[in-house]
Amino acid sequence: MKIKEIQEELIDEFAMFDDWVERYEYMIDLGKSLPLIESKYKTDDYLVSGCQSKVWVNAELIDNNIVFKADSDAIISKGIIAILIRVFSHHKPNEIIEASTDFIDEIGLKDHLSPNRANGLSSMIKQLKLYALAYQTKINDE
Amino acid sequence: MKKNTNINIKEIRKDFPILNRKVNGNDLIYFDNAATSQTPKVVIDSIVSYYSNYNSNIHRGVHALSQEATDAYENSRIKFQKHFNADNSFEIIFTSGTTHSINLVANGFKKILKSGDEIIISQLEHHSNIVPWQMLCEETGAKIKVIPIDHNGELVFSEFEKLLNSRTELVFVNHVSNALGIINPIKKIIDRAHEFNAIVLIDGAQATPHMKVDVLKLDVDFYVTSTHKICGPTGVGILYGKEKWLNKIPPFFGGGEMIDQVTFEKSTYAGLPNKFEAGTPNISGVIASGIGLDYMNSIGLENINKYESELLNYATKEMLLIEDLKIYGVSKEKTSVISFNVGEIHPYDIGSIVDKFGIATRTGQLCAQPIMDYFKIPGTIRVSFSFYNTKEEIDLFIKALHKAISMLS
Repeated sequence: MKIKEIQEELIDEFAMFDDWVERYEYMIDLGKSLPLIESKYKTDDYLVSGCQSKVWVNAELIDNNIVFKADSDAIISKGIIAILIRVFSHHKPNEIIEASTDFIDEIGLKDHLSPNRANGLSSMIKQLKLYALAYQTKINDE
Repeated sequence: MKKNTNINIKEIRKDFPILNRKVNGNDLIYFDNAATSQTPKVVIDSIVSYYSNYNSNIHRGVHALSQEATDAYENSRIKFQKHFNADNSFEIIFTSGTTHSINLVANGFKKILKSGDEIIISQLEHHSNIVPWQMLCEETGAKIKVIPIDHNGELVFSEFEKLLNSRTELVFVNHVSNALGIINPIKKIIDRAHEFNAIVLIDGAQATPHMKVDVLKLDVDFYVTSTHKICGPTGVGILYGKEKWLNKIPPFFGGGEMIDQVTFEKSTYAGLPNKFEAGTPNISGVIASGIGLDYMNSIGLENINKYESELLNYATKEMLLIEDLKIYGVSKEKTSVISFNVGEIHPYDIGSIVDKFGIATRTGQLCAQPIMDYFKIPGTIRVSFSFYNTKEEIDLFIKALHKAISMLS
């Protein structure tokens, strides 16, 4: 599935819920299915800065697609990074770099996850895109 | 709540326009008072009045507006002098906040401290009372010694006594810990430090909203606070210093108003307090801070203290009924602050969920990482009550907390 299609799928899923409690509970559930980072990567080098909780992310290039893994010591942050990884993982670096993140507004979490909040959403997006940029640069150099 | 205080909570709440607003569809419940207190209408009105009627620069103009502004500004200084029982009004310096006040003093000791001198601070300090002294030590070669805390979060006085010696030049302790709300035995600390001729600065940012402070009785050398915690606007701080110390330390900023004579060869500094108030100060903020102080005193710190203690005791009792809830900072001497965690749940998670119910709390390290390191936790959730909070709000908070725990477990 393309990034845009996954985003639309998420928008549909979140549209089923009436209130923020259900949306949060779903986000927490999504966090439980997050592909977890190996414990050896849970070090300061893999921390996303700008989050009040700890969020670790690593990326590998497998068959020209980036595969993200992550973890967090906070449940809500884990849900947020899980949503982002579901959208961005298993795609080409260029596709990730160019992808829009407007879907956050549309899944009804805009008020809760706006970039200025201490949840670090924008830092996480930036970190994922930085990984993509680094791999794209590497591919271009080869 | 039992009516054994003289607080008329219904009337008081009418004084705070912000308490009428909704957050995420719920009535705002503001439990982040230790970070900043809310602002009564009289204070907001005084800022509007200043800009509507007599906005002008102080101390300079001969015109009517400048005179009126200067009078109001200096009148505010006298209010704070009386409130803190300082000997002289010029011993009250207006700054931009507690952090500015502390930095002003730390900067002042750059030329006075020598390599090998010692500075004592406590493990309970806010980052603003740690970093300036570290910077001072880097420049002077002085060393920092730290008073440890025990498992309740109280300072270990006997350890403090062991740290004191003839090399101790400065002692800096907060009056009340911002993270735990514990009231430190500052009178004992000041007296003991003075036996070693050490100079004592007390950070009163978390104390002044809750109790009367008498700088003469305390015999403290420097006492600092911010007025946004005592019903004033943001951006105004107080530095009280004994005249002899304020005369001894050099100005922090150079500029207008702080000089006596200026030639290109040399400038001589103005006397106190102007020496430390270079440039155009936060005139409306200082005037409004005086109005905020009057407002707080019209309710009475004794009444406030009594009422907040009731809120603290009620909330503590209710919260301890929650399974796995641990409160950090256990002391008989506490202000209305509760710092806590529930089991292994991250404080950020709980803070985010209760925010959805319109409840403002503080989460994280609370600018006091050494305390969190001591307890080996990533941070806490802190609720802090003011005299306009109610028992009903605490009930709603407990309900929201239960919901958060069930969502996060």
